[in-house]
Amino acid sequence: MSNSDILINIVRFILLVFLQVLVLNNINLGGYINPYLYILFIVLYPLDGDKGLLIFLGFLLGLSIDIFEDSGGVHAAACAFIAYIRPVVLKYSFGVSYEYNSVKIRKADPMERLTYIASLVFMHHFVMFSLEIFSFKHTLLLLKSTLFSGLFTIIVIVCTMIIFNKKSQ
Amino acid sequence: MQQIIFFFIRNKNFLLFAVLFIISVALTIQTHNYHNNKYVSSANFISGGVYTFRNNITDYFNLSKENEQLLQENLMLRKRLARLQETIVIEKLDSTVFPSKYQYYTARVINNNFSKTKNQLTLDRGRNDSIKIDLGVISSKGLVGIVSDVSSNYATVQSILNTKSRINAKLKKSSHFGSLIWNTKDPNVVQLIDIPRLAQLEKGDTIITGGRSTIFPEGILIGTVKDFHLDNDDNYYYVNIDLFNDMTSLENVYLIQNNEAREILNLEEGVEDVEQ
Repeated sequence: MSNSDILINIVRFILLVFLQVLVLNNINLGGYINPYLYILFIVLYPLDGDKGLLIFLGFLLGLSIDIFEDSGGVHAAACAFIAYIRPVVLKYSFGVSYEYNSVKIRKADPMERLTYIASLVFMHHFVMFSLEIFSFKHTLLLLKSTLFSGLFTIIVIVCTMIIFNKKSQ
Repeated sequence: MQQIIFFFIRNKNFLLFAVLFIISVALTIQTHNYHNNKYVSSANFISGGVYTFRNNITDYFNLSKENEQLLQENLMLRKRLARLQETIVIEKLDSTVFPSKYQYYTARVINNNFSKTKNQLTLDRGRNDSIKIDLGVISSKGLVGIVSDVSSNYATVQSILNTKSRINAKLKKSSHFGSLIWNTKDPNVVQLIDIPRLAQLEKGDTIITGGRSTIFPEGILIGTVKDFHLDNDDNYYYVNIDLFNDMTSLENVYLIQNNEAREILNLEEGVEDVEQ
């Protein structure tokens, strides 16, 4: 990672946390649907970056959200999980070629990119909502929340990536 | 020995993940217990500060509505005061330190959530303003929740929209009492369970707090009966209640301290000791 990469990632981390807790957590579409845009940090983390560092940063990112949300460690657990599982997701979305650094997330095939984002989002939401709800009585609520919040998050993440992609070109 | 070290190096990412995951699950489970000392809570310096900052901005949008509510509350209190003055002997009112069982504090809600299954609010008052754990929280329209954690300047409140909350409540007209719970579906509807079948229920009946806990005084408004049906074993009613409070827009709240709570709890503990 170059110096500018590090700086970009630090700024992205802080901006996403504030955007999440001050704006996005208050949307509550239909009563309970919120986009969790902050995992964009894990989605966009450089492919050649240190994997151990990503797990730790993911945990820290989730914990910051938890502190604001009073939710114990649900976001921290979900983020640490997708940060750990990310290399596997990368491999099945982009094929083995990503290991040779030939793939750029922003320039990859749209379908492959969508698979990658959707997998991370749904895994994150599933772990997070299971821990938050924490009872078998509300399985339907768990599935509904995961599905609807997940779709919302994917749409917001894709839109954000398109907007910032255009600007940087 | 070398092999153990190699094992650690080879699996260092997995081990790191496992440790962090276990920490976060432990933090989660710990918050599921009723108000233990929390390590991760929004009643701290940074998040409290950020929420206060946000609140300072968003407050202005609700000012007119808040004013309207406060005016209505003033009106109600004035009416009540007028009625009291008619009935109470004047000498008693002369004393400025009228001993009361309950003490009230005010606070502002700086963060409010209602879309999760275990909702919390954050208030801008803390230990320095003599707020303690287990104080009851109400708004001018009705019940809000119970203080679950305090820091020096902020406090978090376990809202009634929380699957862990169980608050004693009763029917205003017949004093049949039950427990108030929430089924996570609608932030304006809570459920009252354990109301015996003998109770005469009707749509629109008022539900108030029962006064059987040391937290809330009797008679704080909660809501009206929306609909009801018998539960599975046909002995108790399961009642849906429309809240008077709009839990999605709370601004000013009051905290209630029961000065005799400790005495009551000590006494009740004593009873348990005798039984043992």
